[in-house]
Amino acid sequence: MSSGTLYDKVWDLHRIADLPGGSTQLFVGLHLIHEVTSPQAFSAITEKNLEVFCPERTIATVDHIVPTESQARPFLDPLAETMLSTLEKNCKKYGIKLFEIGSGNQGIVHVIAPESGLTQPGMTIACGDSHTSTHGAFGAIAFGIGTSQVRDVLASQSLAMKKLKVRRIWVNGQLEKGVFAKDLILHIIRQLGVKGGVGYAYEFAGPAIEKMSMEERMTICNMAIEGGARSGYINPDKTTFEYLRNKPYLPKGKAWELAVKWWETLSSDPDAKFDDEVQFDANNVAPTITWGINPGQAISIDELIPKKESLGENDRQTAEEAYLYMKLQPGEPIKGLAVDVCFIGSCTNGRLSDLKAAAKIAENRHVAKGIKAFVVPGSEKVARDAEAEGIDKLFMNAGFEWRKPGCSMCLAMNPDRLEGNQISASSSNRNFKGRQGSSKGRTLLMSPAMVAAAAISGSVVDVRELIAKNNTSQK
Amino acid sequence: MSLSLEFPKGPITKIKGTCLCLEGNDIDTDRIIPARFLKCVSFKSLGDQVFADDRKEKNGLHPFDIKANQEASILLVEKNFGCGSSREHAPQALMRWGIRAIIGYSFAEIFHGNCISIGIPCLTLEEYNLTCLQQITKEKAGKNCSINMRKREIVYEESKFIFSIDKGAEAMFKSGNWDATSTLISQLEKIKDIKAKIPYINNFES
Repeated sequence: MSSGTLYDKVWDLHRIADLPGGSTQLFVGLHLIHEVTSPQAFSAITEKNLEVFCPERTIATVDHIVPTESQARPFLDPLAETMLSTLEKNCKKYGIKLFEIGSGNQGIVHVIAPESGLTQPGMTIACGDSHTSTHGAFGAIAFGIGTSQVRDVLASQSLAMKKLKVRRIWVNGQLEKGVFAKDLILHIIRQLGVKGGVGYAYEFAGPAIEKMSMEERMTICNMAIEGGARSGYINPDKTTFEYLRNKPYLPKGKAWELAVKWWETLSSDPDAKFDDEVQFDANNVAPTITWGINPGQAISIDELIPKKESLGENDRQTAEEAYLYMKLQPGEPIKGLAVDVCFIGSCTNGRLSDLKAAAKIAENRHVAKGIKAFVVPGSEKVARDAEAEGIDKLFMNAGFEWRKPGCSMCLAMNPDRLEGNQISASSSNRNFKGRQGSSKGRTLLMSPAMVAAAAISGSVVDVRELIAKNNTSQK
Repeated sequence: MSLSLEFPKGPITKIKGTCLCLEGNDIDTDRIIPARFLKCVSFKSLGDQVFADDRKEKNGLHPFDIKANQEASILLVEKNFGCGSSREHAPQALMRWGIRAIIGYSFAEIFHGNCISIGIPCLTLEEYNLTCLQQITKEKAGKNCSINMRKREIVYEESKFIFSIDKGAEAMFKSGNWDATSTLISQLEKIKDIKAKIPYINNFES
């Protein structure tokens, strides 16, 4: 049993009651909803004649189904239109704030809450979306829930939850140039496995994590769930507080000072007890890319696609399935593999710094012939900030399409999708079979800079080589 | 697809039915129900769409299409079943197809929670026992399997297996309060008390 960790402290603060069988009724400080996993929850509230208990603690946005070309209403897809209008009706009926398209606030749920300051240290945050773990980057306990639980939070602002164990993932060293937070988390998942985190919350700590910006930390926590951990978090520090200062949903003056004082008490104690501890060295991480059908099937850019014999007993069956589905041979290099579509965006890597890292690679270059490449900002704010810096034009000059904010081809619930057995280089989080909208479509997960490099080259390349060329031409 | 089965209700103590074997580790919820079917405001039509892409690929030979499995209500899986997306549409699709219990080696966290809240017990067996049960299911296909929740026992013909279950889930199925809403809203006053003490809701004043 862990003790003295941030997870323990935040858990205890929100504990309402112990339930039979070892579960806890936990208060939910911030509830985020979107159009895909909330309609059935609202229907249940209506059918059972229940009220929404704390409508002011739920915030809604629309992200999964929004088209990224024209967002004119009604949407061309009548099903998508029904989903948004249902969300609008439910929010209006129950007095829930909706970050509407065109309001300047809309975007992917895990982008808008942090950038507006809704996400804060010490909170419990729930959302009907597995990537809710993202918000743990601020030192919150954040986790994805199903629709029945969305109903429970609406009705009671609380949930029946089982406390997780805590594994500390300590990362020494520093990432080298051209290696990003995305590479580190893919590396960690590869080592610990996609089921390694089941039953755990992951605390990411150590020098490499402390050096990271909030946006990098969000990329790390976002993918905790891909390693099986429902929650991932990072102890809040000066970087966290500076990021949050002057955000719209945070107080100013004396209340701000009190907030910082309280946040400083939340970090895991020096003598905190963890259920498990592992160490990594960031210096050993190279650009990392997935070759298979789950995010744990990853290799660094210079490695060969692993042979079955080199894998653990448990991973062999999935590897065989992956060779077949991906049409890749064990022992082949991943470098040089031709791609068809390049997607930069998602709740993992759709923030300003992600777009900037990709833009640096795209600048003064052009997308290779026959490649479809597009950039989907994570939110209207990200789009606005990027446009203010001319990043939209830079991408368009390089042959990328500049789209409107949404989840887009991460899960292809809108018109952005792969066709047939196309291969995508994607900055998103899942390479599951059929994930990007075609039942034969293939996904290679990588950092946004690596996606840009693949778009320019038409195939998988080591982004560090393009960065080296940038440096030479500047001399 | 056993459409005649009623949805789970009240205490869940015994489940009886035929088994369906689905092999493979790390079967994610995108495969159980592809994202395009999530464009709906009700769960009603999801039963037909369960494993849509996998079934299309197998062209009638997927376990969910094999004739002998059509009345099955107990699903046998392997490791980390239901990983990935939190979509409750996945267990809802399985339930609407006719599944009333899932037996496996391990389950992904969110999927497991979703199953509890719609009344589908997820039972775990040791690897050896799971392999035996898969074997027997294949050899003696179509025979009834019965799950006794009180005894934590699975009986298939003359074979018996003892399963494990999450204690919280076990208590909920036993009492019939697996749909947590009523338990949670019975504490509204206490919830208000906690809310009044949470710094970020009260301007950070302690």
